[in-house]
Amino acid sequence: MIRNPKDLTRYNAQERANHWLVGICFILLALSGLAFFHPAFFPLTQLFGGGVWARILHPFLGVVMAAAFLVMFFRFKSLNVMTAADKEWLSRAGEMIDGNDHNMPEQGKYNGGQKAMFWAMSLCMLLLFVSGVFLWRAYFNLPVDVVRLGAVVHSAVAAFMIGVTFVHIYAALWVRGTVRAMVYGTVTRAWAKQHHRAWYRQVTGKS
Amino acid sequence: MALQSLDIARRSATTTPAPGVRQTTEVAKLIDVSTCIGCKACQAACMEWNDIRDEVGSCSGVFDNPVDLTAKSWTVMRFAEVEEKGKLEWLIRKDGCMHCADPGCLKACPAPGAIIQYANGIVDFHQENCIGCGYCVTGCPFNIPRISQEDNKAYKCTLCSDRVAIGQAPACAKACPTGAIQFGSKEQMTDYAAKRVGDLKSRGYDKAGLYDPQGVGGTHVMYVLHHADRPELYRGLPGNPSISPLVSLWKGFAKPLASVAMAAVALGSLFHFVMKGPNEVSKELEDEMEKEDAQ
Repeated sequence: MIRNPKDLTRYNAQERANHWLVGICFILLALSGLAFFHPAFFPLTQLFGGGVWARILHPFLGVVMAAAFLVMFFRFKSLNVMTAADKEWLSRAGEMIDGNDHNMPEQGKYNGGQKAMFWAMSLCMLLLFVSGVFLWRAYFNLPVDVVRLGAVVHSAVAAFMIGVTFVHIYAALWVRGTVRAMVYGTVTRAWAKQHHRAWYRQVTGKS
Repeated sequence: MALQSLDIARRSATTTPAPGVRQTTEVAKLIDVSTCIGCKACQAACMEWNDIRDEVGSCSGVFDNPVDLTAKSWTVMRFAEVEEKGKLEWLIRKDGCMHCADPGCLKACPAPGAIIQYANGIVDFHQENCIGCGYCVTGCPFNIPRISQEDNKAYKCTLCSDRVAIGQAPACAKACPTGAIQFGSKEQMTDYAAKRVGDLKSRGYDKAGLYDPQGVGGTHVMYVLHHADRPELYRGLPGNPSISPLVSLWKGFAKPLASVAMAAVALGSLFHFVMKGPNEVSKELEDEMEKEDAQ
């Protein structure tokens, strides 16, 4: 959908599809995983057709998510290299959170917070995948101490990642005009100039 | 297999009290390793009473048959040949669920009501509620539960909870020809064990003793061992079993902490929005772009 031909393309269709494949898997994995973590969340298994189905589906969804994330990792890796400006941004993130982003250092396609999130999620995905394999009793039968360690790592990393994802989703909702980047791919020039000025200059050639 | 009951002490993945209005006497099975002859009548009785037949295996070169516990073999005699004071000792231990007072399987189980502990101390699996995740295997300090390859449910010794509920002794105890398997109240069994230990000591086994490991709060299956100082001699019976600290962390401390932390992040985001408002694109920049478009 073209709202305004002068809008800037932030994500192409493949990138968006890839992101949402990871996102849908993550939501389903979080819902089914929480059910095994705390009895308060066990009723969530009903969304999957009961406890047994949740247990069967969870690891397969995990494999799909890991594969889709791996593709996304290589798509966006080079755009997420930390620079001095990013570290400066991160050290002053408090001002941003306080609602005053006018004095924040100029940012490229991604700001320091987004880059930190990218690397945090990449590390979490790796840990979740490896520890998840340890727990997959239907196909793997590993020494019990390895499984125990896997259980602790898997649940701690998953809880952390659910928290990080809340922040990820909230940031997209909080910064108005952001969600459309991942829904139909474009952002307004004003949005780009305000939040990612260096990227705005790069794609428009303007100052 | 669990029966509908009014004497449930603990129920897996349940945060409110289970029906527990009926109080029953704490029971125990005492296995006197020193009088066991390894005849496997207990294994046969277990198969018969529970009406389960395992696959016929093959000889692995030792007397153990079947070689390990399975979803269909809930008790197995484990034979160990050790040399003590220059003499061969044939140590035979009937392995199976120990029915811990503090059961690691129940602590780890995520499925409500799949594992229950009765007031009498029996820890029972209720396979209808089992989701087949194997967390009970992860939680068990004795390596007892087995997941069936056919139905993906976890199985183990029930201590014949159905027989005990109507005042009968477990099938294995009933079948034992030497009286090596005794059944009664935990108090009676502890007293009986003291007599057996005294007898063994008088015969030169000065390290004889009762195996009722306190690391899991004591067990409802206990052993009289001639070498109680070295339980490992009996085919790796753990010296000081307890629920792994990793399991306690995972299903103890981490559970409420992580739940509260996740809720705090979600609520924190909401309150941030309410208190700071959305981060909008400035009017100034929007006007600038509009002017640009008009040109």
